[in-house]
Amino acid sequence: MAHDGHDDHDDHSHLSPMEARVRALETILVGKGLVDPQAMDKIIEIYEHKVGPRNGARVVARSWVDPEFAARLRADATQAIAEFGYTGRQGEHMVAVFNDDQTHHLVVCTLCSCYPWPVLGLPPVWYKSAPYRSRAVMDPRGVLAEFGLTLPAQTRIRVWDSTAETRYLVIPRRPAGTDGLTEDQLVELVTRDSMIGTGLARSPEGVAS
Amino acid sequence: MNGPQDLGGQMGFGPVAPETDEPIFHAEWERRALALTLCAGAMGHWSLDESRHARESLHPADYYCSTYYEIWIKGLERLLLRHGVVTPEELSAGVPQVAAPPPKRVLKAEAVAGALARGAPTDRAKAGAPRFSVGQRVRTIVMHPSGHTRLPRYARGKVGTVELLHGAHVFPDTNAHGAGEQPDWLYTVRFDASELWGRSGDATVSVSIDAWEAYLEPA
Repeated sequence: MAHDGHDDHDDHSHLSPMEARVRALETILVGKGLVDPQAMDKIIEIYEHKVGPRNGARVVARSWVDPEFAARLRADATQAIAEFGYTGRQGEHMVAVFNDDQTHHLVVCTLCSCYPWPVLGLPPVWYKSAPYRSRAVMDPRGVLAEFGLTLPAQTRIRVWDSTAETRYLVIPRRPAGTDGLTEDQLVELVTRDSMIGTGLARSPEGVAS
Repeated sequence: MNGPQDLGGQMGFGPVAPETDEPIFHAEWERRALALTLCAGAMGHWSLDESRHARESLHPADYYCSTYYEIWIKGLERLLLRHGVVTPEELSAGVPQVAAPPPKRVLKAEAVAGALARGAPTDRAKAGAPRFSVGQRVRTIVMHPSGHTRLPRYARGKVGTVELLHGAHVFPDTNAHGAGEQPDWLYTVRFDASELWGRSGDATVSVSIDAWEAYLEPA
């Protein structure tokens, strides 16, 4: 093992084994001029503060208020989402799948953690975990129940296993009682989980004003 | 490979545990692990497919006992060693000791936003026409390759319906092993749950995978 207690760098002694292991890798690669530490900082800043499920919520809200946009989203999600400037890594090939009164969509990656980063940000731990990846394809109703979501027995469930570079975005149904809301107000109703399929969009009375 | 990553239909992992108000990172080292993995990948020594294969090649016991970013770091160490970018002695010492082979590029801070916004599309031009069409019934092949594949075990030897055609995409089974991109037609194929899971399959459930043409034969 790389760090077996014989590490002679005292400044690492207060670190956990994994902290020390990552720091060693960074030290080596930066020392060789192969990695720019400021590029690392920039990546972290983008995924921690700039790219997240707020992006996807804007796409969903637009699709609710603009039928022409919804049609473009259905026809070519990559292009339609790019209208917002949401493009690139782990979202190069997007497909939008629309929930309706008969069908509920659920997205998983059983083989790793494929997830549409430009619209949802980095995936939560549960999405990458063995319980979700193992059971979403075999027992989706059981999985949804663990998120507190019980669908009508006759609702068809359509599970999308992301085994290639195609990334799926669920377009949840627009909640009832939202006719008077603006697009910006609708954005507040679109949760991350509703765009994975493990939840529904919130009803307006569930949102603090 | 029939590795620990191929989780669809496995049992015994317990309930899903969603975390309320989950932070994007759970420790500072996770931030560095993500960024280091992306910067190291930008050197161009390996493909995304090879990096996935490095992670799924961890010993199953190690894979299942590791958090996701731990898997990433263990995979990254393997890739760096395989491509001669670091040596085992350097990993032990935690400091650079020898020169590395020249990278195709070093990702600089000012180039990060553009590189992420461009991503790395995997669609490719391909002559000819796809063999299958939307609505056609197809059967996935049965295979147990020792190398990388994106055909999960639960969906091998199963009959489904072509639902989408995505054009030709880089073929991971070859690209992961330095055998070229060999673009192949990519489809979304949908299966009834009963086809995948037998009598325990929920009649209201269907499951799709994205499958390259090499994974399919006429049903």
